[in-house]
Amino acid sequence: MELIKDGKRIDGRAPDELRPIKIEAGPLYRADGSCYLEWGGNKIMAAVYGPKEAIPRHIQDSTKAVINARYNMASFSVEDRKRPGPDRRSQEISKITAEALENVILTEMFPRAVIDVNIEVLDADAGTRCAGITAAAVALADAGIPMRDIPVACAAGKVDGVVVLDLLGDEDKKGDADLPVAIAPRSEEILLLQMDGHMTVEEFDEALELALKGCREISKLQKEALLKKYKTFEEE
Amino acid sequence: MERKIVIPGTLLGKADTGKQGRGTFREGDNIYSSRLGIVEERSGYINVIPLSGVYDPAVGDAVIGVIEEASKMSWMVDIKAPYPAMLRVEEVPWRVEFGETARFLNTGEVIVANVSSINEAKNIEISMRDKHCRKVEDGIIVEIQPSKVPRVIGKNGSMVSLLRQRTGCWIFVGQNGRVWIRGEDDKMALLVEAIKKIEKEAHTTGLTDKISKFLGNENESD
Amino acid sequence: MGISSVKKDYLYRLAKEGKRPDGRAFNEYRPIKIERGVINMAEGSARVSIGHTTVLAGIKMDIGEPYPDTPEEGAMSTAVELIPLASPDFESGPPRADAIELSRVVDRGIRESKFIQLEKLCIEPGEKVWIVFIDIHVLDYDGNLFDACSLAASAALMNAKIPNERFEMGEDVPMPLSDPPVSCTFVKYNGAIVVDPSLDEDEAAEARHTIAVDKKGDIRAMQKGLSGSFTVEEIKNNINNARIISKDIRKILEG
Repeated sequence: MELIKDGKRIDGRAPDELRPIKIEAGPLYRADGSCYLEWGGNKIMAAVYGPKEAIPRHIQDSTKAVINARYNMASFSVEDRKRPGPDRRSQEISKITAEALENVILTEMFPRAVIDVNIEVLDADAGTRCAGITAAAVALADAGIPMRDIPVACAAGKVDGVVVLDLLGDEDKKGDADLPVAIAPRSEEILLLQMDGHMTVEEFDEALELALKGCREISKLQKEALLKKYKTFEEE
Repeated sequence: MERKIVIPGTLLGKADTGKQGRGTFREGDNIYSSRLGIVEERSGYINVIPLSGVYDPAVGDAVIGVIEEASKMSWMVDIKAPYPAMLRVEEVPWRVEFGETARFLNTGEVIVANVSSINEAKNIEISMRDKHCRKVEDGIIVEIQPSKVPRVIGKNGSMVSLLRQRTGCWIFVGQNGRVWIRGEDDKMALLVEAIKKIEKEAHTTGLTDKISKFLGNENESD
Repeated sequence: MGISSVKKDYLYRLAKEGKRPDGRAFNEYRPIKIERGVINMAEGSARVSIGHTTVLAGIKMDIGEPYPDTPEEGAMSTAVELIPLASPDFESGPPRADAIELSRVVDRGIRESKFIQLEKLCIEPGEKVWIVFIDIHVLDYDGNLFDACSLAASAALMNAKIPNERFEMGEDVPMPLSDPPVSCTFVKYNGAIVVDPSLDEDEAAEARHTIAVDKKGDIRAMQKGLSGSFTVEEIKNNINNARIISKDIRKILEG
């Protein structure tokens, strides 16, 4: 299968083009903060609860809040039904997601507390960890969690020898490399970075630059979504 | 005044033009917002008044708490803060013998209290020694987002006065986002709706007029 | 955390006057919203809201061996996940008794009404049959999960196609179905019995009664839950009310 033909990808995108993205802040009623995100074929719901006292006590940190992220894939979100519950992959993603988010949260304001970040992948088409972090960041801001910045994530990669932005499912499966990146957009410091496949150092430089470009575009959408929630009534 | 909504990381100004207030943080010479909220400049400070978030207790706040646990000499009370507050037997208006706490306040019961102390480790204590403090035994408790409390109270208590006048209900607004109301059931139902409307539209202008109209129209259709 | 004493007193007092906190009559349901086909990866899906309660059901199918006692029938399995996203009271980890009861009650309504025509899901008798997985994710919990999950499961099945193409067995075809069951849940507190409990009513409930009614108005599954009790008269009343209320719900489900 040819992944790139006449400079276009299988869904017609240019190599440096993102899939369509839609972000809604605060769709859930019970959660303290929430976000619904559609990104290409991905559909993600994120919800934040807290800060609240961490229980049991042994998970408390007397100097700061603990960030407890839970990335979970719905059984029906993938082609072959996934067994419910956490597997090793989702546990790893949960861990690095919590670490990336913790970087920007003013955790020292809430000693002994926990902030729960729940990310549910409802429909999956590659790039769910990036979509999850992007949605979780909006949910955190919606929950009123004090933060230095709103993290954003996007992957770049290599397919048919070409460096491309935002891989979709078939490109991820049959491509040469995948590079998910999360940043704090103000400083563009890297909060999360993984890579698998095969790239030259030059290709990596190019891919990272593309991922950053993607992050910048998505960061704007996150901000618009947050402001939109509070503008709805302003216009009445 | 223009109400400017900001998000975490929004640049608010230079440290030399304004002092860093609540809901902000400083990096070098720059002051940024740490919260989703509305910018307010008051006596040289740049503050961000949050539009969401948990209750951040301050000493002196009147709060409405729900008893979580009765111990031998104290109670743990949920005040919607990240941490439960402790109420010691010396801080209640009754003489409570050792181990008799549950006879006075049991799990699930509701009280009005004042935040009396908060330490570095965020241990919170509350007291029921003030005159307005008591056990809540009737009426309804309406839960709202703590960030919306100032709007329910209104400028100099204008919104609460309006609500009282139009519904004839008795109202007590806890700083922690619990509102205690007492009155006729029909009036209370209307009042709950009005409070929910204030909560939902807290960030809009002309809110008092909207609520006045809302309460007025409902009365006419009676 | 449970319900506060003040809230409970208020619910009790209103109930005596025949009222509910949100102004509904005892036999009044909250608004229902159904969106179908919301998940690409699923064979069928539906997002259902009852008031603020929102659940998402997805159908996946796979090929497997039939059960020895039904060699010519497909199989089905139902799982509700009470994920911590939906409520501060839900915890992560393996499903607890609550989630298992909920899954089994939803499963029973579908199974006993023979909603899925399992005999049409046989590929090779005794060897290969279709297995239908009904997975239900609760997204926002504001009361009455029994009805919300049942409704979402039925709507998702009605939206589902057998994925023949993916298994290289020809074209996708609609799921073979008969008429769906409609579930109606009542709770009792302080002597009052109300349909479609809100969160506060769920928390105040002493007893719960779920009834799955078929299109004719016959009963296909029931479950009494919680430590309180109903009189025989109350049970019969609930059944009568469920037969009436389920007609309106059925219109929304089939519409």
